[in-house]
Amino acid sequence: MPLARLIPCLDVRHGRVVKGVNFVGLRDVGDPVELATFYSDGGADELVLLDISATPDDVVTMTSVVADVADVLEIPFTVGGGVRSVADATRLIESGADRVSLNSAAIADPSLIEAIARRYGSQAVVVAIDAGDGVVHTHGGRVATEVETIAWAVEAAERGAGEILLTSIRCDGRRQGFDLELTRAVRDAISIPVIASGGAGSAQHVAAALEVADAALVASIVHENPSGLPGLRREIEQWGITLRSVKEHR
Amino acid sequence: MSDVVVLDYGAGNTRSVRAALTHLGHTSVVSSDPNVIVRAEWLILPGVGSARSAMAHLHASGAVGALRERFARNRPMLGICLGMQLALEMSDEDGGVEGLGLLEGRVERMTDRRVPRFGWAHVDPWDETYYFAHSYACIAPDRVATSEAVTAAVQRGSFLGVQFHPEKSGGAGLEFLDQCLSRA
Repeated sequence: MPLARLIPCLDVRHGRVVKGVNFVGLRDVGDPVELATFYSDGGADELVLLDISATPDDVVTMTSVVADVADVLEIPFTVGGGVRSVADATRLIESGADRVSLNSAAIADPSLIEAIARRYGSQAVVVAIDAGDGVVHTHGGRVATEVETIAWAVEAAERGAGEILLTSIRCDGRRQGFDLELTRAVRDAISIPVIASGGAGSAQHVAAALEVADAALVASIVHENPSGLPGLRREIEQWGITLRSVKEHR
Repeated sequence: MSDVVVLDYGAGNTRSVRAALTHLGHTSVVSSDPNVIVRAEWLILPGVGSARSAMAHLHASGAVGALRERFARNRPMLGICLGMQLALEMSDEDGGVEGLGLLEGRVERMTDRRVPRFGWAHVDPWDETYYFAHSYACIAPDRVATSEAVTAAVQRGSFLGVQFHPEKSGGAGLEFLDQCLSRA
């Protein structure tokens, strides 16, 4: 298997990165391009840009953010939030996104997964699942559906998703560790990779998640870590997880 | 005239490859024009789209003949991911697609591991780590590098193909592209 992946997530609203990113040395902590470069230089294996604006006007703003990021970033990145149609996916992918992440829109219309996968390949489609009490939640985790979490992961994979981004609503934001049981159960049920998300409070938590998942999504733990991403990566490696060694060009 | 031509399959993201080329000081243009393909200083077949739609686009634009002519004239070409897979004779993707046939071999779905195979992995004997994102792999006699028992690179004549994405492999990927483009 390829090496475990550590994936910082940047929340973007109206074209600006929001949420507690606080590093010395950054000129503009809200600039997606500067932050993406910062994390790429710090050893991110991939990045996720999540558009949390949720207004139709922001699709245009996000598309230009994606193009600007693609022009400087030399690692893969996924764009999520507000992808509701093949046209949305096309706009983001043609602007330079490697993958798009579908959430509520895929629950509303599961054939969207197939439509995007057929056009761009499975590797371009991530299905994000916000899971709580055994069922999938939509609209940022606020609305519980009747769709069972594991059954939905299986269906998404069958329809052509290339990866599942699994967030435990119970664990998210509490910094008490990932939901390892749920992550393992979902991963065992499917044959595509799983990104674990929600609950990282320490390097040990992330290392534990990387024992059961293919990748881990991290937000505040890396945005707020005084030693930055390189420091977090070193700590994770001390817990027995091998990450890639970062190479600078010239 | 631009020194690198990035082949257009009519779908997807060529922006990342071009950004990496710009970073390395190269000028590039995206084209499927047969004349441009034959005459380009360097040609890159990028790793975007699906095998069937890519080959259909190349047939429609007349690029297939131009690519074979370029190969016969020993002009340098780099295939990335799908761009490498298309150079073989046959792909199992999309229910079976005939490739360019520049190199012997076929492309098969990986069945012995979790796919898509995403992530950074070691490449032997080059002793470097690059980023992979694929579900199909090349079974080809011209294999020159491997990664976890998968074909990582093939080479024959002027064609070099890599399964990984140098444009997504950070500093290691830029170094690879730089070295590749500086040999002629």
